[in-house]
Amino acid sequence: MGLGTLPLTAVAQDSVDRRQPVVVASKPFGESYLLAELFAQVLESHGIAVVRRPGLGATEIAFQALRSDAIDVYPEYTGTGLLAILGDTLEDAMRADARRTFVHVARRFDDLYGVRWLAPLGFQNGYAIAVRRETAERLQLRTLSDLARVGPQLNAGFTSDFIGRPDGLPGLRAAYGLRLGSVRPLAPAVKYAALAEGAVDVIDGYSTDGLLSQHDLVTLEDDRRFFPPYEAAALISPRLAREHPEAIVALNALSGRLDERSMRVFNRRIEVDGDPIADVAAVVLRDIGLVRGTSVASASTGRPRAGFASFFWARRAETLSLTARHLELVVAALLAAVLVALPLGLILERARRSAEWVVGGLGVLQTIPSIALLAFMIPLLGVGVRPALVALWLYALYPIARNTYTGVRDADPEAVEACEAMGATAVQRLRWVRLPLAAPVIVAGIRTSAVISIGAATLAAFIGAGGLGEPIVTGLALADSRLILSGALPAALLAILVDATLALVERAVRPAHLRTGTHPDPRG
Amino acid sequence: MVDRQGKLHRTLTGIRSVALDLEADTLHHAYRGTPALAGASVRVPAGTVTALVGESGCGKTTLLRAFNRLVQPDRGSVRVGGEDVLTLDPVSLRRRLGYVPQHGGLLPHWTVRRNVELVPRLTAMADVTGAADDALEHVGLDPGRFGDRLPSELSGGQRQRAALARALAAKQEAMLLDEPFGALDAISRGEVHDAFDRVRRDFSFTALLVTHDLAEAARLADRIAVMRVGRVEQEGTVEDLQRVPASDYVRDLFERARAAHARLGSQ
Repeated sequence: MGLGTLPLTAVAQDSVDRRQPVVVASKPFGESYLLAELFAQVLESHGIAVVRRPGLGATEIAFQALRSDAIDVYPEYTGTGLLAILGDTLEDAMRADARRTFVHVARRFDDLYGVRWLAPLGFQNGYAIAVRRETAERLQLRTLSDLARVGPQLNAGFTSDFIGRPDGLPGLRAAYGLRLGSVRPLAPAVKYAALAEGAVDVIDGYSTDGLLSQHDLVTLEDDRRFFPPYEAAALISPRLAREHPEAIVALNALSGRLDERSMRVFNRRIEVDGDPIADVAAVVLRDIGLVRGTSVASASTGRPRAGFASFFWARRAETLSLTARHLELVVAALLAAVLVALPLGLILERARRSAEWVVGGLGVLQTIPSIALLAFMIPLLGVGVRPALVALWLYALYPIARNTYTGVRDADPEAVEACEAMGATAVQRLRWVRLPLAAPVIVAGIRTSAVISIGAATLAAFIGAGGLGEPIVTGLALADSRLILSGALPAALLAILVDATLALVERAVRPAHLRTGTHPDPRG
Repeated sequence: MVDRQGKLHRTLTGIRSVALDLEADTLHHAYRGTPALAGASVRVPAGTVTALVGESGCGKTTLLRAFNRLVQPDRGSVRVGGEDVLTLDPVSLRRRLGYVPQHGGLLPHWTVRRNVELVPRLTAMADVTGAADDALEHVGLDPGRFGDRLPSELSGGQRQRAALARALAAKQEAMLLDEPFGALDAISRGEVHDAFDRVRRDFSFTALLVTHDLAEAARLADRIAVMRVGRVEQEGTVEDLQRVPASDYVRDLFERARAAHARLGSQ
């Protein structure tokens, strides 16, 4: 609407309403989803518009997004901020005093990034090294020092994050002189089951994990105070801190209102009972008196999980729209890749000296892990669909350019030369010989790109682009295999379908002499 | 009948190509420092056929390709019909010169007819299909039977005849043949030789024919140019070369060819 047509008061009103909605994000694990949903609901209860971007890749991606104002708020932990983001060392004073850690981290974040920590929410979620109760009793384990005593008898399953982080296994080894029988990397979703079933004896958990109480597990005390404090708090983007004081006020109402015991209960409802996150968040807000809720079911339903078929059927509408979004991402990226890589392949055939360098360069792009590429995109393009499209496009270029280049280069050299020798121009040679003979090879390249893109697009969920990766990421975070399958199966089906369709195209563009395949070449 | 049709075509179109003479004068050329031509000269008078004979690697093909500018010699001049090729547009030059490579170079995904129509199409002739079918008849391929086949559905000899038809379908004034019979067995070779004889009788063109087979050269060409390490060692009629070989190399070449034939004759 045009400003000129409005009275002045309306303009002022309008400027408030038009303010960008607050983008609330989380990292991909249960508690982070819940805290983000709490933030979102609190903001909404103050009449502030919210966009939800749950499950962003990991610390690196979420923080990059926040720092560049692509998102506005997400829950983070002081210990992670200190060691993983700042890369600072943990001083002894901080070990003893969570408050000191928070003050240090908050000051450094403000100085370095202009990013603000709100006052902690009231609980810590630190690493909790856990064993089965049976193991603890048999070996008399109570502390990590006890664990170090019997370590070589035990096999550990740790998340790869924990195995690599300085505040994880390497630090633990140094602090306690810990030696273990074996260390296996495990996905977060399966580590509790692996421990319960006896596949491993020790895992790294989080102190507020709902699954800790689900299985009969014992967490070992950090008697040498190796782990830093991990106080949970809202992390605020520079833009939000600058432009939206009401949002800050609203979010601050949550500070100090959550405790470790109740978080474990709420996390359990999400991770074990499979209650919807929005429902649990509403219960939390009502319990702590922030929102006068009336309508939401209060107690955990504790219902047994439905079978996959009925679960899948209940989600069919959502699955369909996720599939549509997935296909949109892939098709758009693929079309853009064809538009660039196909002409590029043709140009390279005319400039062969630089061809291997250019194609090789595109090949190097393939070796960048998708998550890393997506993380690089965030400072440039924010989060959501745009960086995902660019990343998918970059991945799709190589097979198409490579196949186009080699296809037109290797098209029947004698036929091409005969055409040249009898006066066909370069364009005529391309149209009459090179392209028709290379067509199946080019389509094969597009086919490869399409299938790769369908797989890679599931990772786009890590930067909030949606698609079938969304239930996969959430399912992995919540250890919900039905949710994982509800994304993975349609994605696999989509890949098979697209591959088969393009196989038909490949057949259709096959040049005449290759169609029947019954005429052996007498040239031998 | 083939003859009659050929003549009919000529009178109808009213165009009879005037054969061009081909002339290369002391050509030098090197591929990335490796010399291929070292002062090669040859002259093919209009309407005659000269065979370029020599071992592989002696520069025959390089010399041939200088005429249609697929090779740009480092030094020396190339004339087609008296004109320096450097002054001519390469594309229109090439449309006047037929070309037959070793395996024919037919487009594998095009029918025989479509292949033979290539140059008529490029030169925007009035009756493209008529020209192609006419040329096919001259090389002894019935257009009705073979026109719609793909090259892969022909025998080796038929394919080379189709390539020959393509090289003359637009009434090209000269023809460059790069070992066109080299990949054929003896019987197919004879079949293509006959076709070549026939088109020479029916059309008037100048031809430069690369071959490593002296007997074939003697059979098809008016004159022979013997090449050795980038130069033409001797050039003349078969009789000239036999009677007065310019070097031991030329004499040995003929002696070996005669010995092979003598053995065949005695068996």
